[in-house]
Amino acid sequence: MDVFTDPKNFEAYVSGFLWILKLTGASAVCALVLGVLLAAMRVSPVPVLRGFGAGWVNIFRNTPLTLVIFFCYFGLYSTLGLSLSQELDLNRYWLGVIGLSTYTAAFVCEAIRSGINTVPTGQAEAARAIGLSFAQTLRIVVLPQAARSVIAPFGSILIALCKNATIVGTIGLMESSNVMKDLINSYGNAVILIFLVFAGTFAALLIPTGYFFGWLANKLAVKR
Amino acid sequence: MSTSSVLYDHPGPRARIRNTVLSVIFGVAVLALLYWLYRKFDQAGQWEAWLWKPFADPKTWTQFVLPGLWATLKAASVGMLLSLAFGIIFAVGRLSEHWWISVPAGAVVEFFRAVPLLLMIFFVFYGLPWVLKQPVSAFWAVVIGLTLYNGSVLAEAFRAGIRSVPSGQSEAAYAIGMRKTQVMQLILIPQAARAMLPIIVSQLVVLLKDTALGYIVAYPELLQRGVNDLAANYGNIIPAAMVIAVIYIVINSLLTWFAGWLDRRSRTRAFRVPRQTAPAGTPGATPEGGATVTEPQG
Repeated sequence: MDVFTDPKNFEAYVSGFLWILKLTGASAVCALVLGVLLAAMRVSPVPVLRGFGAGWVNIFRNTPLTLVIFFCYFGLYSTLGLSLSQELDLNRYWLGVIGLSTYTAAFVCEAIRSGINTVPTGQAEAARAIGLSFAQTLRIVVLPQAARSVIAPFGSILIALCKNATIVGTIGLMESSNVMKDLINSYGNAVILIFLVFAGTFAALLIPTGYFFGWLANKLAVKR
Repeated sequence: MSTSSVLYDHPGPRARIRNTVLSVIFGVAVLALLYWLYRKFDQAGQWEAWLWKPFADPKTWTQFVLPGLWATLKAASVGMLLSLAFGIIFAVGRLSEHWWISVPAGAVVEFFRAVPLLLMIFFVFYGLPWVLKQPVSAFWAVVIGLTLYNGSVLAEAFRAGIRSVPSGQSEAAYAIGMRKTQVMQLILIPQAARAMLPIIVSQLVVLLKDTALGYIVAYPELLQRGVNDLAANYGNIIPAAMVIAVIYIVINSLLTWFAGWLDRRSRTRAFRVPRQTAPAGTPGATPEGGATVTEPQG
């Protein structure tokens, strides 16, 4: 029972989850920016850009994240020599952010595209019929409706991203899953407690997040 | 394309010229990007023949790639079967009228959806042996992890599916004298299962991708055998990763296409459950509480 009263272990526990939060935060921002750009490409009238967006989505949506992270570390860093920081852990962290955000951007892109698809064509037609310009149609009519229907999928993607952040442990970052593994190996008599604490922390973080996004999506839903 | 019709008009002559010009400009930009990538790999000597030669050798395939693929497919199929069973049991449990069944079932489902798969695999692989006093194989660690997580996701999907069967169906069944269990078994589950088929197949893609986590506990699946072990023998980690990625992409694209086909097919029949966004290798795949599932159509 003295696993978490030892300050060393408690510190490891806290720093493990701090890594997870930092990975999630940075990757969420990068994936959002990248995903919006990709979505803009996928719905643009230029075939080349549509193809590029579709290619990205098909490649990253169908590749295991473990392989993507693996490639970032052994491919980009070890073989191609892309080093992002002198510090070993920070370098792993940024490589992890690259992997997580390129992977997650594919899902963000798909969520935005299907969000735009939920806007009935009649909305844009009506907007044009009353004389709104293209930019006005997009800004006043189409995008606000699309944005609201994107909230729920964004919530799922964010939750998935936070859980996927544990996979960065593959390349040696001491995030929560690695910390848990180490604690289990040193405290064989308290494995269930250790698992419940780590899993419980994730549940305490993510279940309320899920309900919050569900509530927000319902509140802002476009009533049709 | 429905997207284009909301966002912009059908292009006229000027728009067509503009689009062609933009196509050329961005086409050149994309080609330049690809060439830059090619150069980068070339400078690192990654296109040299000896790195790619192992893939022309049948031994590479029979010793590394195919056994790995087989292990991946085995874990995925066992995991899928168990997930389906887990999903049905907990979906029905959560819909139960007895609070002492529905509340624990709901808690289990919510819990396992919120916990990263890797944490569960680590617990089963490193932690359970302490409790059971005997080792747990990497295969079962992966399969149990996959089952708990994907089973919970499927349970939510099934629950949404069962609830979206038109209420007239169960009313009619009760009216001809069926009991609760019969209504569930004979009326609701078969109809829900057919409507949920596309979602089940898309979940299979998620599950197949997640078997790659087996690499972390040294389960000899495709990533472990095809990239790690192969590269340990031939020193060709980037080519190996590329070839294995292509294998994953081909299999998963076929499954995605199959899910889409099932979805289009079910659109023309009976009622259907609106597609849920099932993202990211992915954890937390379905919208929370099935909130987005709307009323059955037609």
